This record gives sequence, C-alpha cells and structure tokens, in this order.
Amino acid sequence: MSPNLVLVIVVGVLFAAGVYLLLERSLTRVLVGVILIGNGVNTLFLVASGPAGRAPIVGLNDVDDMSDPLPQALVLTAIVITLGVTAFLLAMAYRAWQLNGHDEVQDDVEDASIRRRAERDEVSSSYDDSAGGTMDEEGSDETAGEGEPAAVGTEEERP
Amino acid sequence: MNASVLVPLPVVLPLFGAGLALALGRSARAQRVVSVVVLTLVVGIAAVLLARADADGPQVMHVGGWPAPLGISLVADRLSALMLLVSVVVALCVLLYSLSQGLVEYGPDTPLSIYHPTFLILVAGVSNAFLSGDLFNLYVGFEILLAASYVLLTLGGTADRIRAGSTYVVVSLASSIVFLTALALVYAATGTVSLAQLAGRLDDLPSGVALLLQLMLLTAFAIKAAVFPLSAWLPDSYPTAPAPVTAVFAGLLTKVGVYAIIRTQTLLFPDSPLSDLLLWAALLTMVIGILGAVAQDDLKRMLSFTLVSHIGYMVFGVALASDDGLSGAIYYVVHHIVIQTNLFLVAGLIERRGGSTSLERLGGLARLSPVLALLFFIPAMNLAGIPPFSGFLGKLGLMQAGVDNGSWLAYLLVAGSVATSLLTLYAMAKAWNRAFWQPPSPEAEAEAIATGATTDLHGKPVRTDAPPVSGKVAVALRAGMAGPAAVLLAVGVALTVFAGPLFGLTDRAAADLRERTPYIEAVLPGGAP
Repeated sequence: MSPNLVLVIVVGVLFAAGVYLLLERSLTRVLVGVILIGNGVNTLFLVASGPAGRAPIVGLNDVDDMSDPLPQALVLTAIVITLGVTAFLLAMAYRAWQLNGHDEVQDDVEDASIRRRAERDEVSSSYDDSAGGTMDEEGSDETAGEGEPAAVGTEEERP
Repeated sequence: MNASVLVPLPVVLPLFGAGLALALGRSARAQRVVSVVVLTLVVGIAAVLLARADADGPQVMHVGGWPAPLGISLVADRLSALMLLVSVVVALCVLLYSLSQGLVEYGPDTPLSIYHPTFLILVAGVSNAFLSGDLFNLYVGFEILLAASYVLLTLGGTADRIRAGSTYVVVSLASSIVFLTALALVYAATGTVSLAQLAGRLDDLPSGVALLLQLMLLTAFAIKAAVFPLSAWLPDSYPTAPAPVTAVFAGLLTKVGVYAIIRTQTLLFPDSPLSDLLLWAALLTMVIGILGAVAQDDLKRMLSFTLVSHIGYMVFGVALASDDGLSGAIYYVVHHIVIQTNLFLVAGLIERRGGSTSLERLGGLARLSPVLALLFFIPAMNLAGIPPFSGFLGKLGLMQAGVDNGSWLAYLLVAGSVATSLLTLYAMAKAWNRAFWQPPSPEAEAEAIATGATTDLHGKPVRTDAPPVSGKVAVALRAGMAGPAAVLLAVGVALTVFAGPLFGLTDRAAADLRERTPYIEAVLPGGAP
C-alpha cells in the first residue's frame, strides 16, 4: 500500500502547528492546538485506511472497490470526543479568565512556593531546624526530636 | 445461565443510571437512591462475572451480535473481572461517603445535580476500559472516564480547582492524543484494532515498527498511570479536589492506566525488548515519588506522592514479565486501590475534624478522636508494608519475583522497593506524629477556626455558624462518613486474611495472561482470520 503523500504532509503540518500551540501557556491557544492535532490524527486515520474507494454499502458497490469503513467509524467517534473536550476546555478557559483576568495555565503550587522561598532565601517548612542542629550526629538528632516534640512547630520563627 | 449476557451491564447500567439521575436532578433523594442502587447492582454483577470467569474462562460478549474482528467485543477474564469488582466496591464506598458528606453540609434537600450523574459516568468509563476487548474501545473508555474526571476535578469552578484542573486537562489531552495517534499507526500497520487479533498480527511485524507502536502505547498509558518521568501532574492536581473525588481518582484512574499497561504488555508485546526500560522507570517512580512524599507537609499532597511512588511497584511486577511478577503486580493493584482510597477518605475526615490537612496546623487528633486515629493508623501501616498486612504480602511477592529473576537490575529494584517501603513508613510516621500526637499550636488552632479552613464539595468554606444539628442526627451523619472508610479498612484487612485464595486467583490470572491463548480463543473461537 502506498500512502497518499499529500495527506501525509497535511498530517505533518497539522501536528507540527498543533504541538507548537500545545506548548503555549494560554488555554485558548492550547485549545486551538488540540483541535489541530485532533484533525491531524483524523487525517492520519484516513491515510491508514488505504486508497479511497466507493461507498462501503453491500449491494450498491463491488466489494473490491469499496473503501475501508472501519477507520471512518473510528474517526467519527474521535470527532465527537474532540467536540466534547473542546466545549469543556472553552468553558474552563472562560472561567479562568473570569477568575484571573487571563487564561494561562499556572505553575504548580510547589514550584511557586519554592521560588518564593528561594527569593527570600529561607528553608522549607518541613525542614526541621530546631531538632538537633547538625545532621551528621544522628543520635543526638533523635533524642532532641523525642525530648521536645512541641518544638517542631516553629511558628514564631517564621516571618 | 450464560453469564456473558452480564458482561455489558457494568457499562450500560451506570450510563443508564447517569441519565436517570440527571433527569431526576431536582429531587436529591431520588438521585441518591438511583446512584446507590445502580452501583450496588454493578457490584453484584462484577462478583458474578469474577466467579464465572474464574470457573469457566473468559466471558465474552460481542456487542450487537457482530463476531469478534468486526464488532466490538467486551471481555471479562480473570484480570478484568477482578479489577472491575474491586473498583466498583471502592466506588460504592466513596459514593456512600460523599452522600453523608453532602447530608452533613447541606441537609437532606439540597441537590447536587451534577455530582451523581458524573460519578456514575466515571464508573461506566472505568468499567468500559477494564472490559474492552479492542484497543479503540479502550480509548473510548479512557475518554469517558477522563471527561467525567474533568468535571469532578473542577466541581464548583473555584480558582484553586481551575488552576489544578487546567494542568490536569492539558496533560490528559496530551496523553489521549498520543494514544489516538498510536491507534492510527496500529491500524495502518495491522489493519485491526481487536486485541485478540492484534496479538497474532503484531508478531509478524518488523521489530522496529512493533517497537515504535509499543513505545507510543506505553507513553500514553504511563501518563495516565503516572509512571515517573510522566508523573509530575498528579501531586499537583489531585489534592485540590473534594475529598471523595480525590479518593476515587487515586483509587481508580491511575489503576486503569496500570491495567492497560498489563494488558498490552502481556497480550500484544509478550517478548518485550523494553523490560529493562520499564524496570528503570519503576525504580525511579518508586524512589523519586517517595522522596517527594517525605518532603511534604500537607497530608493530601503527601498521599498523592505515595500514590505515584507505589505505582512503581506495579510497573516493577509487570516489567519482570514472569508469572510470579505479574501475579504480585495484580495483587498489589488490588491492595493499592483499596488502601489508597481509604487513606484519602480518612484525610477527608481529618480535614473535617481538624479543620485542615496541613501537618503544621493539625495536632492532638489522637486524643480528640481515637476512632479517627484508628482509621488512619491501620491503612497507613498497611501502605508502608508492615507485616502481616496486605501491603507486606504484596511487596513480598514482588520481591520474591525480583530475586527469582536474578539479574543485577532486578536486585537493584528489590533494594529500591525495600528503601521505598521504609521511606513510606517514615512519611506515614511523620504524618502520624504531627497530626495525631503532637499537641496543636494554639495560634494555628485559632487561625483554623477563624478562617474556617474546610471547604465543601463546591469549594466554598463550610459555614461554621450553621444551626447545629441535633445530637443523634449529627452522630449518625458522622458515622455515615466514617462508616465507608471503616468498610474499606475492613476490605483491606480482608485482603490480608484471604491473601491465600486471592494470590491463588492472581496466580491463575497471571498464568492466563502469560499464556495468551485463553483470551484469544475466547474472543476468536475459530482462530484468527
């Protein structure tokens, strides 16, 4: 089976543009990227189905001339799923815009808090500074931890 | 009676129930009845399917009467039926928990019109993924459960959930795209998407093409299962959802990914050249996940990291590609679904009782609520793998399989899994010490009361000025929330008590998977065309 070169190129272009948009921060652009890649995959299914033929209806056309109906059924399903996901993403982008004034995908809270701490040059809240002091003396580390369990909450030391 | 007519019901019934629940959206009571009845029925059906699949071999239903390579077939073999049973039992417990939570927070008459239908659709998607006999139907199952999970994760549309939801949705979409692309390539290469037929046809492909297909499918499933390099989305997105939603996601969604990895690795690519790669991924998932958990000071985030970490154990078992390894992995999946869901439900209870899940703020819960302490302690020790719990048995099975394998990499994995187990114990002990034993700091306590740190199902703060419910009702409602958690705890203990028969079942399931022929012959009785 020799695939249709035009279709293959179309698939490549759609994927390239889609991946580029998918890597953007704005949800709307991500959405456009998803739609482009979705169409790219659908076209890829058409390539996979082999050469185009006549309508695959038994009795209307000869079996040898028919195109393969299965990929078309798969593509139909995929289109419906993309439609639903598109609607949801649009709603979510709109909601993000309502809440934040923009629709950008935001950082992981962990990343954000680590960056804040790094800027202020402070240690993580799970780093237990009060229990022991030096990390290489493990024995004293443990006894200090057991002796004063309440010392873990170093609330007053934190700015 | 032929049990194969029951096979589509775990998919059809929840979908039907979802429609009915949506139509009954104005009557909260009717919605509750519909959801509980439907899920209870599905639990019964799944139990029958498991018994029949174990006794008579895989139960197959060709939907619409089209025979296998043409139509959609639904297959319940031992692995599918076992996964299905455990999943719906867990889903039912979570549903009951969320019912009581809704009742506690809103009183009997406020409908949650979206929650119930979406929850049922999620269950339908999970069932469809487990029962699916062809790769495309597996994709559809994934999409059903993902679409439902998008809605559940962003329930209420608060700023936090939209932030977490956008990461989750975009990552899930990326994995779906990879999966769909892989499907198109699989069809181009073999001309079929039926798993049973693919098993024969993939063997004839040039090894490079087969490797590409395998890599693409693995990537798609690994994102869903949160295997290490592709796991960063999970700990960020799960903790912001309402407690029951996080619990059901933690229990079911990643496990569907693990199931898909097990199914495709054993049925489609039995002599995988990627075993070493999978072993490395398993090692990194375990170690890096648990290091993340140790560093957390929020209980829900810590649990999300242990979830990622313990996925590594399952991948370890799959990558060993031996009967014992697979059997251990299947047992571990069952154990982990129950325990992880249980822990997240208890985290929800802690959030209600202590006003927060931050270990900085919590304290003294052991004195305040001994029942809660018990509910947390047993699953936490179970997760860490303390003998004699099921976590210990699962890890032991996997380590034995690793030692039997004998390569240096397998030994490294065994060492890694011991270290992970110890670090899990450390993380759980830290959570226990801080939340249950350490006296609460007075400032944190005052702050928690002042801000009303708990949020309800819609992300709004729970009203603390609400008229108090009369004593008896309040006790009954609190029991309604703690009850399902206690039931799951009992299931977890039962996994320990009945570990012998269960390991027997997983051994037989693993043998079926490795042999491949029972599955293929059940779907294609006349042999592959």
